[in-house]
Amino acid sequence: MIEEIKILIHNGRQYIPDLRNAKLKSPFRGRPEISTAKLDEQALAAVCPLGAIYLNPVRLDMGKCAFCGECAFAFPEKIKFTTDFRISSNKREDLIVKEGDSHEIRVDESSIRPEIKKIFSKSLKLRQVSAGGDNSCETELGACGNANFDMGRFGIEFTASPRHADGIVVTGPISENMAEPLQIAWEAIPEPKIFVLCGVDAISGGIFADSPAINRSFLEKVHVDLFIPGNPSHPLTIINGLLDLTRSK
Amino acid sequence: MQTDNILRIKNNSSVDLSEIIILSYEAFSEAAIQLLKEEQNHCVSYFAYRKENDLQFLMAVADDNHHDIAIISHLLKDGETQALESLTPAIFALHIFEREIHENFGVDFINHPWLKPVRFSHDRFNQNSTINNYPFYSIKSHELHEVGVGPIHAGVIEPGHFRFTCNGENVLHLEIQLGWQHRGVEPLFLKKNNLQRNLLAENIAGDTVIGHTWTFAQTMETLAGITVTEQTQMERALALELERMAIHTGDIGALCVDAAYHLGAQVFGILRTAIINFTQSWCGNRFGKSLIRLGGTYFPFTEELKQDLLQILARYEKQFLEMSHLTYRLPSVQNRFDFVGNITTQQARLLGTVGLSARMSQVVRDIRVSHPAYAYQRFPYETMVAEKGDVFARFLLKRKEIKRSIAWIRNLMEHFSFDASQTKKPVYNLRLKPNHFALSLTEGWRGEICHCALTDQNGALKHYKIKDPSMHNWKSLELSLRNLEISDFPINNKSYNLSYCGHDL
Repeated sequence: MIEEIKILIHNGRQYIPDLRNAKLKSPFRGRPEISTAKLDEQALAAVCPLGAIYLNPVRLDMGKCAFCGECAFAFPEKIKFTTDFRISSNKREDLIVKEGDSHEIRVDESSIRPEIKKIFSKSLKLRQVSAGGDNSCETELGACGNANFDMGRFGIEFTASPRHADGIVVTGPISENMAEPLQIAWEAIPEPKIFVLCGVDAISGGIFADSPAINRSFLEKVHVDLFIPGNPSHPLTIINGLLDLTRSK
Repeated sequence: MQTDNILRIKNNSSVDLSEIIILSYEAFSEAAIQLLKEEQNHCVSYFAYRKENDLQFLMAVADDNHHDIAIISHLLKDGETQALESLTPAIFALHIFEREIHENFGVDFINHPWLKPVRFSHDRFNQNSTINNYPFYSIKSHELHEVGVGPIHAGVIEPGHFRFTCNGENVLHLEIQLGWQHRGVEPLFLKKNNLQRNLLAENIAGDTVIGHTWTFAQTMETLAGITVTEQTQMERALALELERMAIHTGDIGALCVDAAYHLGAQVFGILRTAIINFTQSWCGNRFGKSLIRLGGTYFPFTEELKQDLLQILARYEKQFLEMSHLTYRLPSVQNRFDFVGNITTQQARLLGTVGLSARMSQVVRDIRVSHPAYAYQRFPYETMVAEKGDVFARFLLKRKEIKRSIAWIRNLMEHFSFDASQTKKPVYNLRLKPNHFALSLTEGWRGEICHCALTDQNGALKHYKIKDPSMHNWKSLELSLRNLEISDFPINNKSYNLSYCGHDL
């Protein structure tokens, strides 16, 4: 008992008190900013391994971005990654950052279904399904509940059964072999329910986008309520995204 | 068959394909069995690839005493009967490799006791074999029942299906069906450019980013005939040891969860955070993605990082020792760990387990010692084993390995002067040697990772083969559950923490 109390004292207070305004340090790569500097735009687009850079005007799609930073190393005058981790959104097109943009990425309040804030604002139980995920996003989702991030303080937790869940968080590019189990899990969740894509693989397929072993047809049948970028998504990105979606300001 | 004149290569090296002697299957079998009967040898990779319409087989056998790797090969011609006598009855550890070749190319292995699908890859030979009609082993009896779990599990983990055959609470047999995570990684390597391949390697298994990416980088760098600076080699080994520490710490925390010891679960979680946050302060990613790049890195290890790391290690060590010592002494924890999921030395050898899963049963198998990369030659690592092969042994070994990794890192920090200016930027424009075969082995936190690559006459990649240590070790988890209560499964599974995506690829 004495030993245990000692350990508690040695570890001290571990939780991050304000998850909304926590600070991460460089070289953490969060929301990118693109300057209006003129350069060889074709070369800039070609440097991205995932085709996340579009031209005319120059844009960077965080839904396709692995945050590897190659573009920023090759063209530091054009692209820089800020440490802003609040990059989740409920609109796919809002994940695309244009040159000259420096505004924050937020969930668009007007397009949230009204029942979400009404029902899930105090308690949200989620079922996680890894569909070809590489276990990094899964680990970060797990870390959301640890002593540091303590997502449980907001009443947000993961459940064992889809029957007990208010929604699903998908990780991975959706392998052909997981397509059916994912659909079964989704159908087992009672209405109303939310659908969340976590990580670059889930949002766009990532590096696996053109693999014949994945099957993303299920996504055509569901409305996605939240996109959480990252490779993997940082716990702060995940928690803030879920809070923005379900909590009133 | 004389095994003396077989081609032998060193870890992280490549050879011209013409140097690999193609044997008749009879001679190939004889050589394989003769080699693998010796205790110091084990098979690190065995695969087949299409050579025009024929099928070429390659087997790599690591010799831990002579620190080299024997390469033997066989060619199965297009017109020949696509059936071979299985080597599994003689060398059981080959069972998974033969299953894989069977699934991919339809080669029948006669007398293989368990010729079942491995991962239902999209390009498998028999498209009628689907993940929903896997041939489970089943016993007909009124007294027995079956329990099916997964593919989606109760926790936030990857998918796999576990089928238990039980007599009351007792498990008679467990069969694990994998393949749900299959993303077609290996064929993608052939289609992508070098930077994309680098990212792909980081995504093979997100909990083994450093292990797989380092192995990938070594495979490609040896094919291109380039070497990275001494500083970068040390950085990669440092990152590997940090990855090992972080995952082992998390694993011990997960074991505490299953023993209902919440203080341990929380404190080990906190300690893991400290390590991965350091990795983030180094390269911007908690898992080390973006750190390892072909030919160099964008993230040199600086003096400032070194000072931070030494401070973090000092704090970590104090709190880890205190917490793990208490966990170790706690009777309620001991009771959950002791004599659960035992694998004997004999079983481990038979199964061909690697890494921690071998060392827990007194089988000394550690690439850092037997086939060391430069960093481990310059700063030797002394490996160690546990005795009992149960959950307790796996816990003890993780604890000891963390302590030893700390000692290794401290030694490195003390005797190697990191100089960020010695670091080179990544190089993606590589000219690979034509008609070459390269092999790289790395001791990741789970065990040995093996990547093999072959190039064609133009120096383009024509085959890329990945072996995660989990390929060897899943069978060990299955067997360790026999005669245990089904409620012992979660703690046993966590003590192994094997990879689904690394296996399914």
